[in-house]
Amino acid sequence: MSLPAPCPTHDLIVVGAGPAGMAAAECAAGLGLSVALVDEQPRPGGQIYRATGASPLADASILGPDYQRGAALVEALSRHRIECFYNATVWQVTRDREIGLLVQGQTRLLQGRAIILATGAMERPVPIPGWTLPGVMTAGAGQILLKSAGLMPSASVVIAGSGPLLFLIAWQYVQAGVTIAAVVETTPHGNYLRALRHLGRALKANEYLRKGVALIAGLKRAGIPILRNARHLRAEAGADGRVARLHFRTGNRDRSIECGLLLLHQGVVPNTQITRALDCSHDWDALQRCWRPRVNEWGATDVPGLWVAGDGAGIAGARAAEHSGRLAALDAARLLDRIQPSERDEKAAPDKAALAHHGAVRPFLDTLYASAPDILVPSDDTILCRCEEVTAGDIRHFVALGCQGPNQAKIFGRSGMGPCQGRLCGLTVAEVIADARGVPMEEVGYYRIRPPIKPITLGQLADLDIPQEAAE
Amino acid sequence: MPTGPQFQRLPDQNRATVTLTVEGRTIEAKTGETVAAAILAAGLLSHTRTTPVLGAERAPYCMMGVCFECLMVIDGEPNRQACMTLVQDGMNVERQLGARTAPAPAQEVA
Repeated sequence: MSLPAPCPTHDLIVVGAGPAGMAAAECAAGLGLSVALVDEQPRPGGQIYRATGASPLADASILGPDYQRGAALVEALSRHRIECFYNATVWQVTRDREIGLLVQGQTRLLQGRAIILATGAMERPVPIPGWTLPGVMTAGAGQILLKSAGLMPSASVVIAGSGPLLFLIAWQYVQAGVTIAAVVETTPHGNYLRALRHLGRALKANEYLRKGVALIAGLKRAGIPILRNARHLRAEAGADGRVARLHFRTGNRDRSIECGLLLLHQGVVPNTQITRALDCSHDWDALQRCWRPRVNEWGATDVPGLWVAGDGAGIAGARAAEHSGRLAALDAARLLDRIQPSERDEKAAPDKAALAHHGAVRPFLDTLYASAPDILVPSDDTILCRCEEVTAGDIRHFVALGCQGPNQAKIFGRSGMGPCQGRLCGLTVAEVIADARGVPMEEVGYYRIRPPIKPITLGQLADLDIPQEAAE
Repeated sequence: MPTGPQFQRLPDQNRATVTLTVEGRTIEAKTGETVAAAILAAGLLSHTRTTPVLGAERAPYCMMGVCFECLMVIDGEPNRQACMTLVQDGMNVERQLGARTAPAPAQEVA
């Protein structure tokens, strides 16, 4: 979609007001750039610090000490003149650095001399049979409901999957007084051995390890059953159509647990929807099993004037995101001639050191919490594309008919063509095709993503206020 | 189709209460929360949409705007993401059953 370009409205537009976006906006504004900060939520914080400073909870301390970090970032942001657009949906970003926004039903265009994408992560899809049932949600969804609406489960809740967030949400629920029926961990036993060789390096950032150990110990003290090495998860509905139980296998034993709410988690992956729509180069990360936009040490992509900061460029966590946000802002200021390269390098030194510190724990965590093979490449009866209801068996059938990759799979059976635009099936469809063809992920690739990347009506598009001279 | 709520409210900061109509019934919600959160707290609906392909029942899944499972008809407008829409007093919310229908044009185009 090509629209007449407005004149640059800002030196820098930052998309996403999580830790990376807040730090980038603050740093750039401090260097004298005119900055716009755009986010879909009503206030800054991103998902990790969702509703920070405006918690609905009478006692926000149940969210834990790390959550409190968000308030300091928002505070720092507020000390600068930054034009903030909240409740703003980004439906398009172009290679000319135009950003199409939808705010309260009104469309408008911004244009930056530079753009930093800080759109963060989303949860890795957890395709198991029954994951589409009402009452099955992501662990992150449970956490968002707790942070933004003060809701905790009243139904019997099972938290299943793998990754640090699995234990964090369980711990937060325990603080809130929730009785958790069970934590069902899918981390394969073999991962512990494989992760051991990265432990030495991880000890350099041992605060992460101590936190994890404390969370798990807290759950055990609270008497929460933790069932390990679970495989072949399957959610089953009750008479009302909602989830009623989780079936799984541990060792040689088939088990099932009754639940009214099932929260699934398999770690997080970069949300690459915008960098894909911009046709940035992406590389397959074999350890994190996700695509990441190809960026240099500053977060610059191969599209001129476009940076990616934070988890959107590869999962490194909230603290690392702040530093990568600042690095991108410093490099943008350098490109706009507001600072010399030498000044950029000097200011960047502490952030680069901090990034190396936070990065030290990643190989250990990524190896330990690598998803089990039966989740990455699910059984035939598992729905992969939730929107168009395409199963793993369908995809394998398409491959047998000659389907080479995800884009052809669209033509064979519409996977990835529903409203979520492949966000929830792209990784799995590609994994299943790569597995069935016996070729690496690089060879099957990913969906071609096209704007609008969020729904916008023709009426809203037609209402776009385009300056007369630009329209002519 | 009343089913037991899956969520309940923790003690909160005395947020103001607003009223929504959901499938013709009145529910209370708190300002600052999303339509999806309000519906989950009310426990009124076992599902919030049915799919266009197989008519399967679905409900909010990700709560952060990526999965599009919470598409509902809000104040007559279909395809709204309930998890990204803040509650407003007097809002009318309906399930989106099957494929969304195009709303009637607001006015004739001359």
